[in-house]
Amino acid sequence: MLTNVKEISRDTLLNEVAAMMPQGYRFVTMTCVDCGEYHDIMYHFDKDYVLSTLRLKLLKGQKLPSISDIIFAAIIVENEIRDLFGIPVKGLALNYEGRFLLTEDAPIAPFNKPVVNTETKSNN
Amino acid sequence: MAKRSVIPFGPQHPVLPEPLQLKLVMEDEKVVEAIPAIGYVHRGLERLAQEKDYQQVTYLAERVCGICSFIHSLTFCQGIEELMNVTVPDRAKFLRVMWSEMHRMHSHLLWLGLTADAFGFESLFMQGMRTRETILQLMESTAGARIMLGTCTVGGVRRDIESSAFGEINTALDSVARDLDQMAPTILNDYSVRERLVGVGTITAQQAFETGAVGPVAKACGFARDFRTTGYAAYGQLDFKPVTETAGDCFARTQVRFAELYQSVDLIRQCMAKMPAGPIAVPVKGNPDGEIIARTEQPRGEVIYYIKGNGTKNLERLRIRTPTFANIPALLKMLPGCQLTDVPVIILTIDPCISCTER
Repeated sequence: MLTNVKEISRDTLLNEVAAMMPQGYRFVTMTCVDCGEYHDIMYHFDKDYVLSTLRLKLLKGQKLPSISDIIFAAIIVENEIRDLFGIPVKGLALNYEGRFLLTEDAPIAPFNKPVVNTETKSNN
Repeated sequence: MAKRSVIPFGPQHPVLPEPLQLKLVMEDEKVVEAIPAIGYVHRGLERLAQEKDYQQVTYLAERVCGICSFIHSLTFCQGIEELMNVTVPDRAKFLRVMWSEMHRMHSHLLWLGLTADAFGFESLFMQGMRTRETILQLMESTAGARIMLGTCTVGGVRRDIESSAFGEINTALDSVARDLDQMAPTILNDYSVRERLVGVGTITAQQAFETGAVGPVAKACGFARDFRTTGYAAYGQLDFKPVTETAGDCFARTQVRFAELYQSVDLIRQCMAKMPAGPIAVPVKGNPDGEIIARTEQPRGEVIYYIKGNGTKNLERLRIRTPTFANIPALLKMLPGCQLTDVPVIILTIDPCISCTER
């Protein structure tokens, strides 16, 4: 099971991330999961082969603050998340505008779950 | 200040086996900045994994990479096994190490050949590929295939290597070790090779740490970080130490990979000497539920599989972070300050695997 997980918020994200590297944590990667009403954004760090994760619940439609000013290596994965999940990332050091992995004719945010419209029309 | 210009390097380039573009900002012949552009071989495999039965994903994971394919399926299987509390038989663990190390060797030899080719050393390229062929034939004789072995499965492995085959494997390893001994003076001491690699594409240990570099790129900067030392599969029962160098340049990365070739030969021999008897797989029932991160050491460094199951046969999410993905930021730190002629060699010394990276 996933262990060493700390729940954080958008407001505390940058401070939490900035505190990791001075403590000797190496930035490993980020993971994004579509959980329906929100995205789970996970920031993985490693120290002495032990993985620690900062987990942020980002409501759909919200912008994700970029950590690329603090951790340069995050530009690649943040652009990937921008492409595959359509999450706008604020303050990206190098912004590919959703064209990092995907071409212009690719589907938009292909990794998001399809939205099922449960509303029924009353006049039908 | 010299006038700046931008040179598009790739996506199609004679030294690149896979498409990668770097926009090189130049001042005369000197690179001042490199901006990567990928996306030419994105296959959406993570998305496809959500549509498949998790057992089928083992073979999908194997196809993430056409070089270190076995280790991809191994990493996925280890993640699922931990999630479902499956205990893999000891014999299967040793067999997994043997095939993993064969993949490491053929990957490093392919890299050696391509790098030699990049700086115009044709005979060294031929020598590397010839030695690699011995490994490919070894994989074919033990698994029935040269690259996509299809031997790893959740709960163990699908094929055994009988002890009667150990003699043949030892003979092949002797041949590989002899070839390495022959190549060593050229790779490690030849004037032309050193001229192209020593002091080129250097990054400091601090830069390697800050960019999250993994594998030989990090090891060449002095980091003894090798995920095999955590003892996954049967590595905990084998005797080895991570190979490190400290110079952080192209030559140090070459030295690390070359030493790892000898290490792989030794690890396979240790596996055969310590191979336990017993079954090679256990039956697995049910479906994975919960989240897990599985990590292993590929030829290019640490690979990560995030797996989220929901109790059904389909996975909720599979996320793969390959070592080249982690080494691209380090590459962007290596290139500024180098000469244009050194760019192909520097790129190749991170051993880029772009299909892996884009998945």
